[in-house]
Amino acid sequence: MALHRLTLRLRPTVTHVRSVHTSRYGRQQEAAAVDPEPEPISVFRTQENDPACQSEKQIGQFYTLPSEHIRLLFPHGLPKRYQQQVKTFNEACVMVRQPALEVISYMKKADYSQPALRYLFYGVTGSGKTMSLCHAVHFCYTQGWVVLHIPDAHLWVKNCKELLPSSYNSSRFDQPLQATAWLRNFKITNERFLSKIKIKHRYVWTKRESTEGGRPLGELVDQGISRVKSSSDVVAAVMKELRQQSGHPEGNFRLAVAVDGVNALWGKSTIKKEDKSAVDPEELTLVYNLRKLLKNDWIGGAIITTLSQTGSLYTSKSAYLPQELLGERGFDSMDPFIPLSVPNYSEKEFESCYLYYTDRNWLQHSQSGTEEGKKELIFLSNRNPTMFDRLCSFL
Amino acid sequence: MAAARVCSTVPVLLKCGNYSFSVNVATAKLSKQVLCRHISRSSTLCRKNLAAAGPEKFTAEFIQKQIEDFNIGKRHLANIMGEDPENFTQEDIDRSISYLFPSGLFEKKARPLMKHPDEIFPKQRAVQWGEDRRPFHFLFYTGKQSFYSLMHEVYGKMLNIEKHQDHLRSKGLFSKDGQKISLGMSRWLTKEELEALLVEDISTHDYDRFIQVMERLLSMPYCGAEEEFVLRFRQLLQAQSRNQVVPPLQKDEDGVAFSYADGFRKTSTSSVVLRDCGSGRISINGQDSLLYFPVLQDREQLMFPLQFTGTLGRFDLRCTVSGGGRSSQAGALRLAVSRALLSFLTPSEGEMMRQAGLLTPDPRVRERKKPGQEGARRKFTWKKR
Repeated sequence: MALHRLTLRLRPTVTHVRSVHTSRYGRQQEAAAVDPEPEPISVFRTQENDPACQSEKQIGQFYTLPSEHIRLLFPHGLPKRYQQQVKTFNEACVMVRQPALEVISYMKKADYSQPALRYLFYGVTGSGKTMSLCHAVHFCYTQGWVVLHIPDAHLWVKNCKELLPSSYNSSRFDQPLQATAWLRNFKITNERFLSKIKIKHRYVWTKRESTEGGRPLGELVDQGISRVKSSSDVVAAVMKELRQQSGHPEGNFRLAVAVDGVNALWGKSTIKKEDKSAVDPEELTLVYNLRKLLKNDWIGGAIITTLSQTGSLYTSKSAYLPQELLGERGFDSMDPFIPLSVPNYSEKEFESCYLYYTDRNWLQHSQSGTEEGKKELIFLSNRNPTMFDRLCSFL
Repeated sequence: MAAARVCSTVPVLLKCGNYSFSVNVATAKLSKQVLCRHISRSSTLCRKNLAAAGPEKFTAEFIQKQIEDFNIGKRHLANIMGEDPENFTQEDIDRSISYLFPSGLFEKKARPLMKHPDEIFPKQRAVQWGEDRRPFHFLFYTGKQSFYSLMHEVYGKMLNIEKHQDHLRSKGLFSKDGQKISLGMSRWLTKEELEALLVEDISTHDYDRFIQVMERLLSMPYCGAEEEFVLRFRQLLQAQSRNQVVPPLQKDEDGVAFSYADGFRKTSTSSVVLRDCGSGRISINGQDSLLYFPVLQDREQLMFPLQFTGTLGRFDLRCTVSGGGRSSQAGALRLAVSRALLSFLTPSEGEMMRQAGLLTPDPRVRERKKPGQEGARRKFTWKKR
């Protein structure tokens, strides 16, 4: 199978496709891209795999994420369907789109001695907000930032199997399972920083266990992973430490906080206490500390968030604007933020995605190669990325 | 005296209902009358045998009287409605009756109607024999006199044609393709139509023989002489597509051509404005098509007319739909889009759409639940005891 794919890559792409589309879309590849391979470059791919070097010229094109990066950076961050696609195609290709490029350009130009800027991706269901978030996070990772990525904040406010009263503050509730899982993924992502960053304060877990100031962050994280009961408090401690140390000269790192589904933090939750009354998200330790992190009172980093209607509770299906999904409280807390609208595919982007699927031999239907078939796909999916993906998956 | 005795015996014979012979002198007188053998008659036999009488016979006078009553009634109705009695057509009559006697009955044939007696009373043959009880027609005793006389007529015409052909051959003017009859888009009358024409029943065998003979007639050259006769038995086929009303093509302020059409299915109604601007945008009740129809099947239904005619990216749809469920709304929209598309297409493409079934409103509606059953068709569980 892999050999078959290899021959596909090395085989020159069909010229008639190239001639049609290069005439429509103009020059696609810069001569500056070093190109020692004999393979002629196809229109929908770009060789710029570094997000920092990508510009508007590559909008609509796919760049490949190195598999090492995926394993380290996104143990939990990518959407489920996309992970399956990565496994099927044996490569992770992300489309360069305008909202993500905008965020990256802002982050390049931002002043990191000022409080952290908040970016919010919003758009209709399935328009590519999570993927834009992942693109921005990849940029941060390649720049050597510490990445605090919460894949889906909705998972913290629903389907909680274990709810313990918090040891630190009796009015709040702990979620040990979710906290440990997150800590494990955090460790995988930020392996290189765990020994470098030192914690400032002393944390006492039980009568016999405590972590002194000056110990590396890795020890704190390990403490959380091994002692499941106090893992939520460990998460809170980690967040506090990173928040305080980022941007300062001795810390020497920048912090990227990426939250997907941020509207969960200010919405309702389905978790119930023993007396069947609903738990307010504020009463959960994880959510409370995350909210503190999202406040822009710290420097030396960026906060990138997305709204998500799919996992949210008690919101209507047609709601996608920040006002509707965040609610009043959420909007007030997030304000000021930079909203970025993520639209459906433009014509060029749709074309690019279609070519990519054809190149990967994903569209097996006899009609999918024709112009008529393409028009049908456009009609049925309305250029929505998720819909298009679902449609192609059975063709 | 003898007469008095006759008078006394005859009633006795009739009343007692016994098997008896009269042995009196009165027998001689009786024998002059028709001898009636009295069979034992029970009360059931005294009743009229309704089935054997056949369908009710209307006499010509009765029909005539009905026609006069109808005409007078038509004039009265026109006066009631305040319209001109002279120019009162059947449509006006129908309209007035449905206004004066509104009926909520579902069965259209059960509603009050007023039509010309020829349409109401079935055509019957007048009595076929005269006062001396001898039939008029020479083929009366075949039982199907009109049919056999028709067959004879056809054969007579065939003989005429052959005579004509021989005549031409003798003159040397005979040619293989002589006068042929142009049939056009027509078909032979069906058996039912032929029965209605002849006002008598014929069997399928008879009908087949008739068609055979007519075909034989048509196959002869020089049958053009009998064209009028043959065309009497042919029915023109109407092209179905002429029944379709094409919505008019309008232009709005920007010069963009658009058309408007309605559609319905089950209990949903929809209306669609189809604009010819070149983008493939769809909006349903102000929402995106993906949001309104999350199911692929509904979107495919909406796509069907456009895909069939190959006009997918060309039109802009602005739809409104209400009522029913998601599937019936999709069907209603499909019908509306097909109808609106007609004004942008050529008639032949419209005919193709009609044959594809895009222009036919789906007649299926929810069947009513009947009493004694659980649903429309489902019966209650049958229990043996």
